[in-house]
Amino acid sequence: MIQVKNLHAHVGDKEILKGINLTVNAGEVHAIMGPNGSGKSTLSKVISGHPDYEVTSGEVLFDVNFKQKDLLDMEPEDRAREGIFMSFQYPVEIPGVSNTVFLRAAFNAICRHQGVEEMDPMDFNDFLSDKMKLLKMDPSMLSRPVNVDFSGGEKKRNEILQMAVLNPRLALLDETDSGLDVDSMKIVANGINAIKSKHNAVVLVTHYQRLLDYIVPDFVHVLYQGKIIKSGDKTLAYEIEEKGYDWLIG
Amino acid sequence: MLEFRLKSFQRWQKMTEPEWAHVSYPPIDFQDIRYYSAPKPKGNLSSLDEVDPELIKTFDKLGIPVTEQKRLSGVAVDAVFDSVSVGTTHQDELKKHGVIFCSISEAIQDHPELIKKYMASVVPAADNFYAALNSAVFTDGSFCYIPKGVTCPLDLSTYFRINAAETGQFERTLIVAEEGSYVNYLEGCTAPMRDENQLHAAVVEIVAEANAEVRYSTVQNWYAGDEDGVGGIYNFVTKRGECRGNHSKISWTQVEAGSAITWKYPSVVLKGDHSSGEFYSVALTNNRMQADTGTKMIHLGNNTSSTIISKGISADNSSNAYRGLVKIAAGAKNARNYSQCDSLLVGDKCSASTFPYLECSNSSATIEHEASTSKINADQIFYLQSRGIDTEGAISLLVNGFCKEVFKELPLEFSVEAVKLLEMKLENSIG
Repeated sequence: MIQVKNLHAHVGDKEILKGINLTVNAGEVHAIMGPNGSGKSTLSKVISGHPDYEVTSGEVLFDVNFKQKDLLDMEPEDRAREGIFMSFQYPVEIPGVSNTVFLRAAFNAICRHQGVEEMDPMDFNDFLSDKMKLLKMDPSMLSRPVNVDFSGGEKKRNEILQMAVLNPRLALLDETDSGLDVDSMKIVANGINAIKSKHNAVVLVTHYQRLLDYIVPDFVHVLYQGKIIKSGDKTLAYEIEEKGYDWLIG
Repeated sequence: MLEFRLKSFQRWQKMTEPEWAHVSYPPIDFQDIRYYSAPKPKGNLSSLDEVDPELIKTFDKLGIPVTEQKRLSGVAVDAVFDSVSVGTTHQDELKKHGVIFCSISEAIQDHPELIKKYMASVVPAADNFYAALNSAVFTDGSFCYIPKGVTCPLDLSTYFRINAAETGQFERTLIVAEEGSYVNYLEGCTAPMRDENQLHAAVVEIVAEANAEVRYSTVQNWYAGDEDGVGGIYNFVTKRGECRGNHSKISWTQVEAGSAITWKYPSVVLKGDHSSGEFYSVALTNNRMQADTGTKMIHLGNNTSSTIISKGISADNSSNAYRGLVKIAAGAKNARNYSQCDSLLVGDKCSASTFPYLECSNSSATIEHEASTSKINADQIFYLQSRGIDTEGAISLLVNGFCKEVFKELPLEFSVEAVKLLEMKLENSIG
């Protein structure tokens, strides 16, 4: 579904990604781990089109209508409309804009792009409340402005709610579990498991093994200094939990 | 009238130009301004058929409904082009209800007793420098009179356009709402681009008698100058309403998106017991615009209330100041005020300031004041983009969200226009 080929990216003067190669197919779950500063978050941000990062070489080929399109040629909103979704590590607050208004605007923008009929507000509200139940979120949260005064856990759940509503083909979840207590993490993990299917794919960026107990990865990659230095299956994550990263870096 | 003007002129000559506002501009050469300019042809126009079709075309281009097609949405329009009121629609229908809506110059001829009674009773000539100037040289404007108990059947609307170069526009508007009456008044303003600065020193007076309500909405998009701050209108306006009777109400709603410099404080003097004043404002500045705007709520009667919601958006290198006065007189019992001043900064070179004045001389008053400052930043735009919303849509959501408390007070067609106007102005300022 997506092929990252020799991706190099800078932020300011500093090169962060130094040649990433990664292939993700539909139905797969990939976990990306690595020490701080290795470029894990950068990878997600570059794929989703964050303006702070400059790509200096490489391609990110995404299957669109049986053809491969280079995402790097597309505006961030077009990438989202083709089915890329990123869950932010630090979701930003959007005062004055309620969650409902925001979700409906995003949902309908994607519908329009994909030639699907937009949903009217009544149907959309029903659709939303099903998703809210999945993530055990209080309906009152819908009328609150996006992420304003949300706790860390609420913000992360809100990200996954958006994922549930927008139904992306590729979800990049950037440290979704950081700052979450065990119960919140279970709810988020259950949500993600309910959304994932053989038609979509999930890339989890994480520090900790525990999330991977709930969302079982098919592949685990270790990112170090901007390159993937090792790939394996879920057992690789256990090894890292036990031994840290030194044995891989040395 | 001549005496009034002469006296005003004498007063003005003795006054010094005020300099306390949070704005700066090169000195105005008052001798250099053309004080009266009329579009051709001159003369009395009794129907729109007599108006130069070129003029009508201009208004159409600006999206200003002067023709009868506006009848469907029930808005009577008085169009003031340069210094002359070029047409007032729906006169007959309004006459049926006893509503007078015409140009000030007509009113001075046809209803002198009303003019004598009410003009300058809310804003006396000596009130301030620009009011004095206006009182001496005002050329035209709108006059509106709603008789007792009448709910005006149509929304009344005025469009002002300054067209000729180097003309100042000094219009004078007077609205009188007798007991138990209601009127919804809309004002729109526009001017084409010019290099030099043009002065707009208008005066608007509103009188509301017992149980009357006047709602006055403005969407102002005078030419604001280019990105280096060259040219643009100086919008120095005195607007004041007096709630004379008990249970009367005046509400000002403004969207100020233009002018090189905006300097105005639509105010309400709350004389009647249980009277209320409201001020809802969105003031946007970009490029090198400057704004010093706000309101004065003067509580004199008992059980009076006022609400102030001010939203300032500043972008680029502009400067946006809110200045508001809430004054509770010693004899004003149980007064209530709620003020909310919010500033939104776009980019990192703009400025927003708040100068609230609270003068309370009666201990039974309840006054609440809240203020907030926030930024639209690239992170918010990217967040929305990453969910499939394009930049235009993102700005729209953010600005709408910020302004919605004010926009919902505008008549529907104005609120649509206002949203589009703000989006257009902010397009190049973000990122």
